[in-house]
Amino acid sequence: MGIVSPGFHGRRRGAGVKLPPGQYLTEDFPVLSAGPTPRIRPEDWEFTVTTETGQEHRWSWRELLDLPGETPTVDIHCVTKWSKLGTSWEGVSLDTLLADVDTAADYALVHSYGGYTTNLPLEDLLDGQAWIAYRFDGEDLAPEHGGPARLLVPHLYFWKSAKWVRGIRLMDEDEPGFWETAGYHDYGDPWREQRYQGD
Amino acid sequence: MARAAVPGRLSWRVARLTDTRAETATARTLVFDVPGWPGHLAGQHVDVRLTADDGYSTQRSYSIAAPADGDRVELTVQDVPDGEVSSYLTEGLSVGDPVEIRGPVGGWFVWRPADTAPVLLVAGGSGVVPLMAMARARRQAGSRTPFRLVYSVRTPADRYYAAELRRPDPGLDVAYVYTRAVPEGSSRPPGRLAVADLNSGGWPADFAPDCFVCGPTGFVETAADILLSLGHDARKIKTERFGPTGG
Repeated sequence: MGIVSPGFHGRRRGAGVKLPPGQYLTEDFPVLSAGPTPRIRPEDWEFTVTTETGQEHRWSWRELLDLPGETPTVDIHCVTKWSKLGTSWEGVSLDTLLADVDTAADYALVHSYGGYTTNLPLEDLLDGQAWIAYRFDGEDLAPEHGGPARLLVPHLYFWKSAKWVRGIRLMDEDEPGFWETAGYHDYGDPWREQRYQGD
Repeated sequence: MARAAVPGRLSWRVARLTDTRAETATARTLVFDVPGWPGHLAGQHVDVRLTADDGYSTQRSYSIAAPADGDRVELTVQDVPDGEVSSYLTEGLSVGDPVEIRGPVGGWFVWRPADTAPVLLVAGGSGVVPLMAMARARRQAGSRTPFRLVYSVRTPADRYYAAELRRPDPGLDVAYVYTRAVPEGSSRPPGRLAVADLNSGGWPADFAPDCFVCGPTGFVETAADILLSLGHDARKIKTERFGPTGG
């Protein structure tokens, strides 16, 4: 137990709800980004998966929407401490997108319009754990929340769910992304409170 | 690619309140003594953890308001309505009381005295805190890098650090944008940040300034969009957004 601050009792919002350590419940959907919001027209959008051998697989916006969609309802946890429960999304599972991709890679580096990157093990993108999401709460995904499409990988801290996603590079070696280079944890499991390097 | 060396774990440290200053009716600067503090860069933040006597604890992130100075860590906390942590920090905490602090955190939204590009700071409300740390770091280092601060607040009474920003600080220009009520004699009517404010209060894009924008989401979206429309390079615009919550 930490040092007690005299007279602090707390409001204990969400008492009875199981949250990852150090998180608090919010009903809002705060925005965090390191720079200006890129504005990408759907007709200009494309998504590319590049394998460790350099083989490329591309989808246009229309091709993405033509793939079978899923409607996951998931809890999301931001490293800045807020958690939001039961968020509803629509998107295409990475299992679908990677079904015909021939790879033996262990790692993925996700790239966004605007230059953002984030890394994670490839296995964390598979088995129903990750989507390319284009709708939130029944509406098209707003630009400040990553629209037209973002990665959704809710079992990791939300910075891994890259906004404005444009591609994924599959690699044999791990390579740190934007926040991972700036002191944040390489993996980012909220239930193990892996916020910063060394956690 | 070679991996960066992984530094040790950021540990929780006991921070004792040594001094407080009212900035506005609802915001207070808290000065903590944190033995063993490793130092920080202007713009970084800390995690604050409060623990109740039954073991319940909660954490929030706060920007550091002043540059590194030994074991001293200064935060400015805005009391938000129904704020679980901010209300305790601004009203419940007394000099000598402990909280726990972990950090510094964030290696992106930072200004280093060795940086030489002109700097534009764009603050919305309490978003001025990490930007003030940059302006103070500039002064502390005796840097001659020219700074401009465009600071949007609702009314004159909502300004943080008003007396300090009134004092002459050669090389730091300050322009206020009042959204609800202006001081007497002001030529600009109250209104939200607009192109003209950043055109006249900022730097020409040709000067390739480093732009730091901090405030609520809507404000940051607007300011960053204006800077892009004025020709600034997206890569030179660093943003930090304060969500509607934060408590």
